[in-house]
Amino acid sequence: MGQGYFVNINMSTFYFIAFLSIFFSILVITAKNPVHSILYLILTFFTFTVHYILMNAQFLAIVNFIVYMGAILVLFLYTLMLINLNKDSEPVKPFMVKFAGVFGGGILMVALAASLKSMGASNPVILQNPDLGLVKNLGKVLFNEFLLPFEISSVLLLSAMVGAVLLATKDTKTA
Amino acid sequence: MESLTNTIHAVPLNHYILLSSIIFSIGVMGVLIRRNAIVIFMSVELMLNAVNLLLTAFSVYRGDATGQVFVFFIMALAAAEVAVGLAIIVMIYRNTNSIDINVLNRLKW
Repeated sequence: MGQGYFVNINMSTFYFIAFLSIFFSILVITAKNPVHSILYLILTFFTFTVHYILMNAQFLAIVNFIVYMGAILVLFLYTLMLINLNKDSEPVKPFMVKFAGVFGGGILMVALAASLKSMGASNPVILQNPDLGLVKNLGKVLFNEFLLPFEISSVLLLSAMVGAVLLATKDTKTA
Repeated sequence: MESLTNTIHAVPLNHYILLSSIIFSIGVMGVLIRRNAIVIFMSVELMLNAVNLLLTAFSVYRGDATGQVFVFFIMALAAAEVAVGLAIIVMIYRNTNSIDINVLNRLKW
């Protein structure tokens, strides 16, 4: 009986958080002001963090919280501040183009959902190994099997940093 | 405690796939209907995150940690992509005084 209680609680938590994810992501693409878009995106990513916690992927929850909400979205806000769009200047696309965009995205969603429906019922997502997503377990996998990709990703980050600095600095010769 | 973590995930796998595909489609719509380059970038981030969530769900479903390691790599990739992309947007703004993507049609053939 206790188990069934927990199942109900957590299933309804999942559906509530999933609803919030969809709601906030729709607000991201419909908000007029880009600053509001970024704030809604932060809320969306927070709901993703809750999803990770519900799946007991603690490392990913922390990394999502720190990297996405802490670094990437602050970078977005900072760039928006640098760009200074206070005149609210985004021209809207013509209605037909918007309708075609929504229609295309809706067709994609319907195709994915229909192919999912034809798959029939699926098994529930059950965590067999409770410490699957903990830092200790993931660190062992990361530094044994994926050591080379890990080092390559550090090179990728370095080259991205150099490229960003190179692109964003003013060209003194032409200016 | 163990029974708690075991009973947390009675959600069917299909519902995770459905949630991820809905959010991915919302990201696609955002790319198609907006003209602000930064909002388009944010829609791309939304798509990346939908895939991250799905990879994690499959990783938990199969009991294999590889999926979560891949999510970690995708996050590193997203950080690099955002740094370079926002630098490009800043450069575009400096040259054209706008971040409307319809101004950038000079590469059209």
